Amino acid sequence: MQFELSEENKMIQKLARQVAETYIAPSVQERDEEERFDRALFDKVASYGFQGIHYQDQYGGSGGDYLSYIIATEEIARVDVSLCIAIGGGGLGGFPIHSYGTEEQKQKYLRPLVEGTALGGFALTEPGAGSDASAQQTTAVLEGDQWVINGSKCFISNYADIYLVIAVTDRSKGLKGLSCFIVEKDTPGFTMGKKEHKMGLRSAVTTEIILQDVRVPKANLLGKEGEAFKYCMQTLDVGRIGCAAQALGIAQAALEHSIKYAKERCQFGKPIAANQGVSFMLADMATKVEAARLLTYQAAWLKQNGRPYGKQAAMAKKFTTDIAMEVTTDAVQIFGGYGYSREYPVEKLMRDAKVHQIFEGTNQIQRIVIAGNLLK
Amino acid sequence: MKILVALKQVPDTETKIKVAADGRSLDPIDVKWITNPYDENAMEEALRIKEAQGAEVVAVSVGGERTREMLRNALALGADSAVLIRALETGDPLSVARHLAAYAQGKGFDLLLLGHMGFGGDNGAVGPMLAELLGLAQATVVTRLELGEGCFRAEREAEGGTEVIEGSLPAVITTQRGLNEPRYPTLKGIIGAKKKPLEELEGTATEAAISISAIALPPARPEGRKLEGNAAAQAAALLQLLREEAKVI
Ligand SMILES: Cc1cc2nc3c(=O)[nH]c(=O)nc-3n(C[C@H](O)[C@H](O)[C@H](O)COP(=O)(O)OP(=O)(O)OC[C@H]3O[C@@H](n4cnc5c(N)ncnc54)[C@H](O)[C@@H]3O)c2cc1C
Repeated sequence: MQFELSEENKMIQKLARQVAETYIAPSVQERDEEERFDRALFDKVASYGFQGIHYQDQYGGSGGDYLSYIIATEEIARVDVSLCIAIGGGGLGGFPIHSYGTEEQKQKYLRPLVEGTALGGFALTEPGAGSDASAQQTTAVLEGDQWVINGSKCFISNYADIYLVIAVTDRSKGLKGLSCFIVEKDTPGFTMGKKEHKMGLRSAVTTEIILQDVRVPKANLLGKEGEAFKYCMQTLDVGRIGCAAQALGIAQAALEHSIKYAKERCQFGKPIAANQGVSFMLADMATKVEAARLLTYQAAWLKQNGRPYGKQAAMAKKFTTDIAMEVTTDAVQIFGGYGYSREYPVEKLMRDAKVHQIFEGTNQIQRIVIAGNLLK
Repeated sequence: MKILVALKQVPDTETKIKVAADGRSLDPIDVKWITNPYDENAMEEALRIKEAQGAEVVAVSVGGERTREMLRNALALGADSAVLIRALETGDPLSVARHLAAYAQGKGFDLLLLGHMGFGGDNGAVGPMLAELLGLAQATVVTRLELGEGCFRAEREAEGGTEVIEGSLPAVITTQRGLNEPRYPTLKGIIGAKKKPLEELEGTATEAAISISAIALPPARPEGRKLEGNAAAQAAALLQLLREEAKVI
């Protein structure tokens, strides 16, 4: 068994940390406060190539391994997870295009996502189709050589440039009647609706999307008609490893802040860390973070080595996001009243952690996936 | 244009320095090694010249196994090749300069860039020694560099002003912070670095010109003293101490 990161993994980890601390950290609090996504900041971070680490050179990527991508995500999330939503958008949009797209689609749509010149979005969720993603109402009808899409989506991440939109193409076929389309944001009839005001992840954009007679060329159907549900499930499998990495970064940050604070803050004439009640909390937090890291890296390792990874990805997602919630809550506790104040960084970590138990499949859904794997 | 950039690894400024048991070297336990910050300016300058007018950049270091990591980073930043000259790091600048000179001799370098000193050692000697050994023009502690046809123009901060030095290439230039803003590598750079050559040469053991006989940490700061009593009493006590103990007034 090997528990050593490769030299390349380590260099990428170091770079991600430097970039996150130099460019992202200074404005974290302000962007959170103002609920502001900063495209220029995304462009700066994307110029290093984090969103395309694991894509091949022919699509503008760096040709690195998937674990490097996961490690970089963790490092960026450690400083500001909101930015990971934009970086990862290339992954959620990029994975299906890479896996099921034609060469032409890859050059036209995957390349800009990988190079970071475009932002990606993945539009699956609808008001009536959350955990039950199959209950889609959005429709796509072929008229001549164009697909005409109608419907609305909600909770869609990013003001993206390129979206993957899931729609019903044959209702009689149920799950096998869903298809996936590539839609550019400037297509007539495609509009962003209300922007969500959120508890956390406040400098990442989450919006409604309205599609009114949106016409896309036949060539924008991704993969085969009727196969979108399968594509979505596979995309979410990968996305879960990224989601786990984000939660891991948040938990790591909470742990580091807590250790530092517990050593500095004095009450009753000694640092609060000198109380076993506090130091045991730190010990538990650190143990959880370490276990979560192993599970997350293991899922990434399975994926990059071409092994089945669905179950591990669900386990990593569920476990890591749950412990991120616990660890950030404990961090606020260790900071006491100051932890509850927006002047200190840990309440944001707690707010940011919560959504990870909800999206990319709620943690209840993860349990369904894991149990399904055990009982099949 | 062919450029040599000499790089050295130094302990991170945040490292808590401990003296080794021999009393003459640093205890390597817990030391985090980084590229000498001034060398980063040298590297950056080479990369900027490469981007502006095309150049072959060779990163060279005299040291041991751990130096490879720094050279990999130089390749990730954009150096075309790297050379590790294996030798013990004795802290003797002349021996480093001799190794570099022996390597550079006859290889047609137009420009040799080095940080103006190694962080921590602060000798500032390798650059000038290298220039002397190779018989080349030099400008040290440079904050601005321009290249012309076979010549250079360098600026350095001097007491109350700027000194301008002009000379012909090939030349040795040692760099100071402020010359440029060193970059981070990109992902493509990091991954592409694996395919670039990192050559290893055995250093020729030269007799050290100097050797370090002892390293000592600065004495621990004595504990502060708290003056008691009301403001007037404290002021009087302070005055007395400044006069009689510290003897500053
Ligand atoms: C910030 C943010 C960003 C998002 N980004 C995107 C995006 O980019 N693209 C996209 O398509 N979607 C996105 N989503 C949507 C997200 O994936 C959904 O919110 C999520 O899948 C849950 O759906 P829901 O909100 O409708 O909850 P519901 O499905 O209504 O669930 C409500 C509760 O019921 C539980 N529940 C439901 N069914 C079961 C069951 N069978 N067994 C046990 N418990 C069950 C759930 O676990 C949950 O606790 C985002 C959401 C948020 C908050």
